[in-house]
This record gives sequence, C-alpha cells and structure tokens, in this order.
Amino acid sequence: MKTLLLLSALSIFAPEVQAKNFVFCSEGSPSSFNPQLVTDGTSITASSANVYNRLVEFEPGATKIVPGLAASWEISKDKKVVTFNLRKGVKFHTTKYFTPTRDMNADDVIFSIEKQRTKTHPYHSVGGGKYEYFDGMEMGSLITDVKAIDPYKVQVTLANPDSTFLANMAMSFMSILSKEYADKLAAANKKNDIDNFPIGTGPYAFVSYQKDSVIRYEAHKAFWGKKGNVDKLIFAITPDANVRTQKLKTGECQFATDPAPADIAEMKKNPKLNVLEDAGLNIGFLAMNVTKKPFDNILVRQAISHALDKKTYIAAIYMNNASPAKNLIPPTIWSYNNSVADYEYNVEKAKALLKKAGYPNGFETEMWTLPVARPYNPNGKKMGELMQADLAKIGIKVKLVSYDWPTYLEKSKTGLHTLIQFGWTGDNGDPDNFFNVLLGCASVKAGSNYPRWCNEKFNKLITDAKTTSDMKARTKLYMQAQVIAHDEAPVVNIAHSKTFKAMAKNIKGYKLDPLGQDYLADIIVE
Amino acid sequence: MKYIAKKLLDLIPTLFGISLVCFFLIRLIPGDPVLNLIGERGADPARYLEMKKALGLDLPITQQFWIYLKSIFRGDIGTSIISNNSVWNEFIERFPATLELGMVALLGATIIGIPLGIFAAMKRNSFFDYFLMSTSLVGYSMPIFWWGLILILFFSVKLGLTPVSGRIDFTYDIPVMSGLYLIDTLRPEILKAEGFAPFISALRHLILPSIALGTIPLAVIARMTRSSMLEVLGEDYIRTARAKGMSKTRTIYIHALRNALVPIITTLALLFGSIITGAILTETIFSWPGIGKWIVSSITARDYPVIQGGVLIISFVIVLTNIIVDIIYFLLNPKMRN
Amino acid sequence: MKVFLKELFFELRKNRGSMIGVVIIILSVIVAVLAPLLAPHDPTHIYTDSLNLPPSFVAGGSSRFFFGTDDLGRDLLSRLIYGSQVSLSVGFAVVVLSLVIGTFLGVIAGFYGGLIDKTIMRITDLIMSLPSILFAIVIVAVLGPGISNAIVAVSIVAIPNFVRIIRAQVMVEKSRQYVAAAKLFGAGNFRLMFIEILPNCMAPLIVQATLGFSDGILNCAALGFLGLGAQAPMSEWGTMLSDARSYIESSPWMVTLPGLCILIVVLSFNLLGDGLRDALDPRLKKQS
Repeated sequence: MKTLLLLSALSIFAPEVQAKNFVFCSEGSPSSFNPQLVTDGTSITASSANVYNRLVEFEPGATKIVPGLAASWEISKDKKVVTFNLRKGVKFHTTKYFTPTRDMNADDVIFSIEKQRTKTHPYHSVGGGKYEYFDGMEMGSLITDVKAIDPYKVQVTLANPDSTFLANMAMSFMSILSKEYADKLAAANKKNDIDNFPIGTGPYAFVSYQKDSVIRYEAHKAFWGKKGNVDKLIFAITPDANVRTQKLKTGECQFATDPAPADIAEMKKNPKLNVLEDAGLNIGFLAMNVTKKPFDNILVRQAISHALDKKTYIAAIYMNNASPAKNLIPPTIWSYNNSVADYEYNVEKAKALLKKAGYPNGFETEMWTLPVARPYNPNGKKMGELMQADLAKIGIKVKLVSYDWPTYLEKSKTGLHTLIQFGWTGDNGDPDNFFNVLLGCASVKAGSNYPRWCNEKFNKLITDAKTTSDMKARTKLYMQAQVIAHDEAPVVNIAHSKTFKAMAKNIKGYKLDPLGQDYLADIIVE
Repeated sequence: MKYIAKKLLDLIPTLFGISLVCFFLIRLIPGDPVLNLIGERGADPARYLEMKKALGLDLPITQQFWIYLKSIFRGDIGTSIISNNSVWNEFIERFPATLELGMVALLGATIIGIPLGIFAAMKRNSFFDYFLMSTSLVGYSMPIFWWGLILILFFSVKLGLTPVSGRIDFTYDIPVMSGLYLIDTLRPEILKAEGFAPFISALRHLILPSIALGTIPLAVIARMTRSSMLEVLGEDYIRTARAKGMSKTRTIYIHALRNALVPIITTLALLFGSIITGAILTETIFSWPGIGKWIVSSITARDYPVIQGGVLIISFVIVLTNIIVDIIYFLLNPKMRN
Repeated sequence: MKVFLKELFFELRKNRGSMIGVVIIILSVIVAVLAPLLAPHDPTHIYTDSLNLPPSFVAGGSSRFFFGTDDLGRDLLSRLIYGSQVSLSVGFAVVVLSLVIGTFLGVIAGFYGGLIDKTIMRITDLIMSLPSILFAIVIVAVLGPGISNAIVAVSIVAIPNFVRIIRAQVMVEKSRQYVAAAKLFGAGNFRLMFIEILPNCMAPLIVQATLGFSDGILNCAALGFLGLGAQAPMSEWGTMLSDARSYIESSPWMVTLPGLCILIVVLSFNLLGDGLRDALDPRLKKQS
C-alpha cells in the first residue's frame, strides 16, 4: 500500500502522455460557431476553417481558388451566370445531436445562401439576422437568383459581372450548412442551436465546448478530402500569449497560435519546437486627429512623421518581428506603391517643419495608447512611452492617456482624441479593405477613420477604384491614392508585423494561411 | 430562532442595496457593450442604434433598472451580452472551479495552519515560535499576484514539475457532474477507462494555484490558532485542569483546543470572503476558469448583465456565509444567547 | 497623550520584530526622499541601445546598470528607487483618506446610535459584502485608470475597517464617567465626540492605521498589476510587475525585483503593526 501511494505521489510529477490527440492553444473563445455570423479570426478558425467547407476553397497556404464542395463550375459567356457541379457522396457530420440520412446536395447550398440573402427566410433572423460579411461584400445585391437544376447542380445568377465573386464564395461566410439539420432543429423548436452546435462537412466534427476553457472536436471519418491522422482535436483556450508559449514548452499543447514577440527568439533556438513566420496582413499606425488644432496643420503632421524613430519601436516593441511601414497597406497586397519615399527619422528636419508651422517651441498634447495587445501593436503603452520620448526631442510634450478597450473605442469613435494609436488587420487582402475602412470619408461617421481625415481627391480615387473591375486601372488609382496619403500624412504608418505560429517538432503538415486562419485538416502527429 | 430569522431578514435590504449600487455604478463606467462588440471596424449610427435597441440599452436608465428588478423577482438574473447565455448558467459552469480551488486552498491552510499554531503556542517564545511567527508574517504580507508568478517561474518554467495553467490536461474528456474535477475524475467509469491519470492530472494542476491562494489564509490561521490557544491556556480552568494532574496533551486537546476553536472558525469564515478576492488575482495568473476571471473579463467587456448578476450572486454567497458563521458562533457560545 | 506614546515606545522597544519593521520603514523613507540623489539614472530615460539587460552581476550584464534594464532600456535600479516614492506616498494617502473619513463616520455612528448608526453601518456592511478588489476595480473603471483614482478606490474599500473599530470603541467609551462629567460641565456633542472620547480610542486606531498602510500599498499594487494603477512612465512596483509579465522567461529579474520590494515594504508595516497590537492589547500583556 505504501509503495502504491509513493508511486502515485511520484507520478504526480511525471509528464502526461498523449495518443493521437492534437491540442491547439488558441487565443480566445469564439463568438459563435456559425461561419455566416462570425468575423474574427478566432471564431473562423473554430468554425468554418475546420468544421465546414465552401463550394470553392482557397488552396491551402495560398489565395488561388480550387474546387471544394463543387467539383467544377462553369461561367456563362456574359459572366452573369455561374453553375456549380456539386461533389457527390459528401457526408455531413454524425454527432450526438444529429445523424444525417442523406449526402450533401443542392438543397444545402441553396439553404446556406438564402438564409443570408432573403429577409423572409425562416432562418434569416436566427442569431440576430446580421450578416456582416454577406452584407459588407454586397452579396445581397449581387446575387439575383439561386436555383437547383438537379440535386447536384446549382445555378447562381448575378446582377452584373463581378470578378471577385468566386473569391467571395471561398470566404468563410459562404460555408455550406446542412438543411436537413436545420429542418430538424426547426421541428424541435431549437433553431438557435444551429449557431452553437455546428454540423458541417469539414475534417473535424464538433463534440463539446466550455466557454473560456476548451473546445473538443473529433475527426470526421467520412471526410471527402485529404486528411491527417488526428483523432481528437482539442482547442485549449489560452488568451495570454506567454501562457501559450509556456504550455507549448511543457507539452500541454502542441501548437501555439500568435506567441508573444518576446518569446520568439528563444523559441526559434529550442530544438523541440518549430516556429513558422509570415508577413502579416496588417498595419499599426499613429493617427492624428486633423479636426483638432494643431493637427489640422499639414506641417505639424509632417514634423511628427519625421520625429518618430520607427526603428527603435520595431526593436523594442515588436522584437524586430516587423518591417517599418511607409504605406497604409502591407507590401504583400497588390497595388502597393513602392516608389513612395518614407519620412526619414530626422529631428532637425522635424524641428524646422514645426518652426515653419508656427510652433518653434513645440506644444503640449496628449496621446492615447492602445490598451490591448494586437498583432499590429503588441504593447501600445510601451510604444507610447517611446513616442513620448521621441516627441519630447522636438519640444512636443505628450501626456499619455490610457483607457480600457471599450472606453477607448467609444471615445475615439466620437473623435475626442488628438493623437491615438490604432491599427488594422485585413479581412480579405483587397486594398479597399484598408483604404476605405481607415481613410474613407464615409468611415469618419462609422468611426474607423481615426484621423477623421476626409480628403476629396483621395476619396474620389478610392471610390473610383472600388467601382472599377479592371485590375490595372484599380492598381493605378490606389497607387495615386497612396501618394496623397503620404503627402498629407494623416497617420504615421509604423509597422507591418509578422505573424507567428509555433508548434512541437512532431507536428507536420501545417500550412500558413495568408489571412491568418488555422486550417488543421492536414495535420499529422508523428 | 428569532435571531436567525432576523439575520435572514437583514439579507434583503443588503442585497437590494448591492443590486442598486452595482446597476448604477457599472453604467457610470464610460464605454458601452455594443461598441465593444463592434471593435476596430466601427459601425454606422443606424446599425449602432439598432444593436442597442436589441439589448434594451436605449431605454432610460431608471426604466432599465425597473425591468432588471422585475426579472430578478421572476428568478431571471439576465443574459450575457457577449455569449447570449443566461448569467446563471455561466455562473454554474464556473463556480465549481473556484469552489474546488478555494476549498483545496482553505483545507490545506487549515490542516497545516492549526497544528503549527498549536505547536507555536505550546513552545511559546522558543526559536520555533519566533521562526513560525515571522514566516507567517511574510506569508501574510505576500502580494499573491507576484507569488503566483514566482511559483510558475520556479516550478513550471525552470523545473518543469507542474503545469502552467488550466484545471486538467484537456486530452482527458471528463463529463461534468459535480464540476469538481477531483471528484468527477474518481467516478467508476472514468477510473475504468483512464485509471487514476485524470485525477492525478487534476491534482497537479491544483498544486500551484492553491499554494498561491492558500498562503495568506495559512498565515492567518496559524497566527489566529496560536493567539487563541495562548488566551485559552491562560484561563483559570485550564490551570485548574493542569493542577489536578491532567496530562499536558490531554489538556490541550480536550479543553484548550475546543475553546480555541470558536475564534478559529470565525476566522475561517471571514477568510472565505478574502478567498474570493484572492481568487480574482490567482485565476488571472493561472488562467483558472473560475468566477474571479469571469467577473473581471465581463467588466472589461462591459457585459452589464454578467457584472450585475455575478456580483449579486457572489455577495449573496459571502453574506450568507457570514450569517452562517454568526449562527454557528451563536450556537457554540452560550454566553451570546442571552 | 505624551505618556501614552512614551509607554508605547517602551513596549515596542522590547519587540525585536517591530524594531526591524521600524528600521526598514525609516530606510525606505530615506530612499524615497533621497531618490534623486541615490538613483544612478533618470528612471524614465530610455537607453535604446541596452534593452532587457540582465543585472550587472549576471553574465551579459553591464556595469552601468546594477540591476539591469527593462524592455525599454530604462535602469531598473533607478525605477525601483523611485518606485518607493510612489508606494510610500500611496500608502500614506490611503491611510489618511480612509482614517479621516472612517473615524469621522465611526465616531458619529457610535455616539448618536439610532438611525444614523443604522444607515452608516448598513453602507459599511454593503461595502464589506463585496469582494474588496472587485469593488476597487469597478471604482477605478468609473473614474478612469491612474494613481490618484486608484488611491481613492482603495481608500473607499478601507473605510469600513476604521468605521467598525472606532464605532465599537466609542460605544464603550461614551458610557464612561468622564463623558458624563464633561456633559455636566456643558460640553457640546462635538466636543464630547472629538475632544473627550476620540483620544481614548487611539490604541486600536494606531494599529489599524499601520495595517492600513500595508493594505493600501498591496491593493494599489494589485490594481497596478491589473493595469488600472499608475500610468506610464511613472515607475510603480505593481505596474512594473505587470509590464514584466511577458518577460518572465527571458528576463526573470524584471518580475522578481519589484515584487520583492512590495513584499519588503508591506512586511515592515505588518511587523510594526503586529508589535503595536501586542503592546497595546492589555489581554496579551497580562500573560507575558
């Protein structure tokens, strides 16, 4: 008996063993499991990326469109009718709460589109009836009709030719849900369950979820595509980036998404770990409220652009895991204007500009520092302290102000700020998703134009670019827009940060996704 | 009996006061839950109003309070804005985690603290007494948010002996019954399928957080036991017992300890309140999915119903324990009955 | 009063622990006052070429920075030295605020009794039934983060302790003969409360004030740790600790040192408070 006790006492400190489980340290709780409703990367990874499929998919690790649940498709001559030929024999998940009796067919596709498109659809208002992406991409007005030609052929009619239509169909909000499951829920009067207990065709089937703690999935045995060897997929929800790193090191999880920049260097040296990096689709910037004095003066804005030493921020805040930014969009996005010359760090020049603007002795102002860690700015407070020191050199006395996140959003939305740190992570890789959201005139009212800068010339260029479908013409317009944004300097572009994924050495088959989601279908645990 | 009834009646105005203060105080905090939902993206004013309306946040504040009160009387303490779950369900999901941590911490502190205190009292002014009292004062002064980090740094990161955070290795899927993992993992079907491994995993995860949380209670209990033992040992009847030739051990266990127990129990109950305060910090450090972390994150998200409901339940639990202590005290101490 | 203090000091001298406490307190006050002279660097100056340096006595450290530098290249020793200014004044402010308000309310409640007493006690009960740190978090959220708001929040949470102690003491004292005598000589209520009775409640008040010091420092540091206390670039130990959390593995000294400072200062006040309690508690005195 004594030895038994001793043994169990010893085993308390022994490492725990795992079979073909894959524990994924994720960064937060998903807001919903319905891909039509969610907009954040965390929720997309937890739902559409691993539980669902689309008619067409982005090729893993790239933005090329490849067949998904549609084995092939035809586009009519006038480019207004797209016919999808569905893959046969695709099985939905069998779970504790649902057993499918038929394969995926045209009914499911029509259900998934019409649920979002038609306001009178019985499922339209379930979960709030707000489809951020579907509405945001203007799919409602683009699609005029969806019909089944036969059980495995679906025809979509468009109002006008649109070159981005197929790419939109590959985005997470166009995931295919099961109509049979929806009907069953409707009959049981449990329609809301469709957002909490997902049934899809993807590589993993949902098992259970405890908010802020764990999500469990198991392999979908009848998955139609290529799949790794994971039996149980477990999301260990770990919001603290350092803790994710520590857990990875102690073997409590095999994959850490977005580890803290401070730990990257050491992790790269660790022989048991594998660190992948990718140029992120993001921008961190300092916005200057142009509706407030003295930032209405272009010379002051240029002076500040010259006074901030981006290099030191990148070293201290991003741990060198970022590249300095001169344009609003990262260089990986098409139409990036590389001929723009950045404001170089030059205290004398900054002083001279400030003098010319009529502030030879500088002035006093305040700066709001980002209260949350974001990939585009891992530590706003610290960056604020560095900026404070830099601006003091040209005589600008900065008082740092920090509110918590909700307060920060509320106050900045109404334009109470002067200098403010913000940033953006792209949704889909289109330049419009940066320029219009962050510097468009309409966004002043919506609150996401933080410098509250509305420049007619600039705005005309980006609205023209949006309504043009010719890539070359669009590129040219965005290039011009970037020159104006640079000269007018409503924001100081600081950095495009790299994104990181860290995993144990025995994890194979992971591919980085340019939009930052984690597709785990191909994972192999060795 | 009358005493107990009066105490329970006193509960009502206190709880009403708490809901009142809570409701208006959190609405004084700048920032609103809808904007928090929207994030960096921003939203046009029409959509913003629509979202506010859906949550009932567009009504005058007094009317909101009235609605809130009415729903409490119906037994509904609200629905989270963020998760759309009922506040009660969210509470019930998390409470066992805090309860388990708190109980293990408090139990450990009691089991270790009382004997140490007795021993110190018996060896008054010895080296051991001095050593114990100064160590316990260090424990009492401990900033537990730092202590937790140091424990992680030493035991998890440097030595790799204990897990960093969480309640159990997630590879074990333990169906929730009591919510206390130390009990749930010992159910026959789990033992059959996985053996003792899940139980040991749950225990390993408990070690560091309960040390962090239990340090201050341990110090308090050891000191309290020592001083109340000293007090009792000085009383006349103990001296008489000794003079009558009763052995020292017997005196201590039979007479002294029993009488010293009353203040010790009171201390324990008072510690219950501080355990919840401590849990807020401990849970933040160890990512422990309990109510402390839940409330703090709902404050940052301005999830009004969760803050209101959560604080109400927590204070109810605290007030209730205080009343129970009063009652125990009342029953144990005949002098008070008159 | 003078005799009381003399006696108190005599009792305290016998207690080695509280003497140690007094010495540490005096030392830290000296450090705080002389911070500009003692600190080798400006605590907010950023040395961009020396980020995250370990202490000078560890491999990789530089002799320029005794305890190394933080993630922005600021001298850790200087920040710790200046941090003592913040912590001591925070403790002092909290004690003064909660002591003055708490004593006032406690005296009134104890003296008048009845409805006034009931109301005041109901409110203190209410505050005490909320977990203190939670209440402080909410108050800071309302007022906005910052050291002065943190002081206000922590003081509010500390007030009930004073109210309860004073009230109990006043209720005992007010039935004493000297009070009745003073009343006979025509002393008004104000005089009775604050000139006759209050000085006789000093003993528990002094103990509570000392302990309030350590509670105040600890709670403000906790708020700082949760990101609600002192704002940049002020060097406050709790905030330094929370900033250093992300470097716990790569630069453990950044986590260890500020916490150690908090512990030492809090401990010294607790040592003193403990000694004071022993010295002032007649029951324990009898036995020794």
